[in-house]
Amino acid sequence: MLGYGFMQTALVAAVLVGLTAPTVGVHLVQRRLSLIGDGVGHVALLGVALGLATRTAPVAAALVTAVTGAVLLEVLRHRRSAAADVALSVLFYGGIAGAVVVVARAPAGSAVNLDSYLFGALTTTTRADLVAFTVLAAVVLTVTVGLGRQLFMAALDEDFAVVAGLPVLRLNLLLATVTAGTVVLSMRILGLLLISGLMVLPAACAQQLARGYRSSMLTAVAVGVGVATSGTVVSFYADTPSGGTIVLLAVAVFVLARLARTVRRGTARLADAGAHEDAGAPAGPRSAGPIGPAISRWRGPARPSAG
Amino acid sequence: MSRPDAPLLAVRGAAVGHDGRAVLGGLDLEVGPGDVVAVRGANGTGKSTLVRTVLGLGGLVRGRVELFGTPLDRFRDWRRVGYVPQRTAVTAGMPVTVRELVATGRLPRLRPWQRFTEADRCGVDCALEGAGLAGDGHRQLAELSGGQHRRALVARALAGDPELLVLDEPTAGVDAAAQQVLAATLAGLSATGVGIVVVLHEVGPLAPVLTRTVSLGHPTPVPLSGAVG
Repeated sequence: MLGYGFMQTALVAAVLVGLTAPTVGVHLVQRRLSLIGDGVGHVALLGVALGLATRTAPVAAALVTAVTGAVLLEVLRHRRSAAADVALSVLFYGGIAGAVVVVARAPAGSAVNLDSYLFGALTTTTRADLVAFTVLAAVVLTVTVGLGRQLFMAALDEDFAVVAGLPVLRLNLLLATVTAGTVVLSMRILGLLLISGLMVLPAACAQQLARGYRSSMLTAVAVGVGVATSGTVVSFYADTPSGGTIVLLAVAVFVLARLARTVRRGTARLADAGAHEDAGAPAGPRSAGPIGPAISRWRGPARPSAG
Repeated sequence: MSRPDAPLLAVRGAAVGHDGRAVLGGLDLEVGPGDVVAVRGANGTGKSTLVRTVLGLGGLVRGRVELFGTPLDRFRDWRRVGYVPQRTAVTAGMPVTVRELVATGRLPRLRPWQRFTEADRCGVDCALEGAGLAGDGHRQLAELSGGQHRRALVARALAGDPELLVLDEPTAGVDAAAQQVLAATLAGLSATGVGIVVVLHEVGPLAPVLTRTVSLGHPTPVPLSGAVG
């Protein structure tokens, strides 16, 4: 398999995407924005279509539109207006509808096939692409890992981050920009419809397995690189599309991680003598919120009356 | 630039509220180094609004607020201010350990891309200890009780070594033993010259630490009987 030049390139590209996409995904899942990558993909498709139709570089055109779209989304989200939700769908569906129409009206003779962008064509990656991918991946990692603590802090408690003097809006715009960059980076490999899978699913696995932010990041990257490379290999031998294979593997890892957690929780619960019987309830206290008032009520009468 | 002799926090003739409508007016408050000022008042008197206002989170309708001698809208040196929000404000889609949460309080002291030094790690350790969470750093935030969660927020503010510390009901839901730890920590900070504003529903074990109490509804600072100036 490694004797084939295209497979060598494909595996390097898979490692780059498997490394980069989950680092973005961890921040997106933390902000509960796991579907945003999908929306940015819709907008990027318009860029691809414009690039194909005007016979200019579709990847560059996709990068420009995706970054513009992502920044616009973040500004709308920042304003927290009720109209923002609707504006998002206008942007998403406007993007994909625009792409379909632009491609249909493209001048005769131009390569008007969106399929390889929608579902990915890993094995068509060239060595020149690899150079561009490496640069893009380095830029993304500089932000998602290099500024990881700051992004993490801004998402954890925005008020506190503002009081601490953190430029929250600028950080979020930066994350939006690298999200768009990752979408375009992964576009050729996974396809615009599947990119979000490799961003979010490894992060979702980490959510099940890891205990903290740092270990989440490491777990997500390990899962990402693992499924991206093994998916590429499987797709070579099984003759399946690379993007779909990679994302299906990520789904499988997620299901296993979820099972492992349920089993672990179940064991812990059995070990606990005072175990509750509500096995159907969400496992464990996800939020400490309601416990606070309960405890203060409970401790109320016992509190010493100082002063 | 801030004047060296200026109070850490000065509120002069201020009215605070929401959307330009004042809920609380005629506020005058000055906090100097070592002061521990309690802000008290019934629910809905605007305690939290006052806190959010002095922290620049909006709400100033009239009057002036100065931090370290600089008007609020021009103040940029936020690392000198520590904040403990009232609600359990921290929500995360991803897991986070207590230590990781507390360590974010240290970030304002670092430049972007700068790594944590030994001093930063010590600062986080001290903060965990000061909030009575030594040994709990490895725990997941979602596993903590409401009271422990609140203590983690206190530790996060302490980690930044602030010169002015603003706490919004840090003792609600916190047991008496942990309140004692917090009282000792605040007393220690006050002794080193940190100015403290603390919104309290019940004074409890913090009583001996307070140097002044402001009761909202009585806008002028009322000296606490027997308090040390």
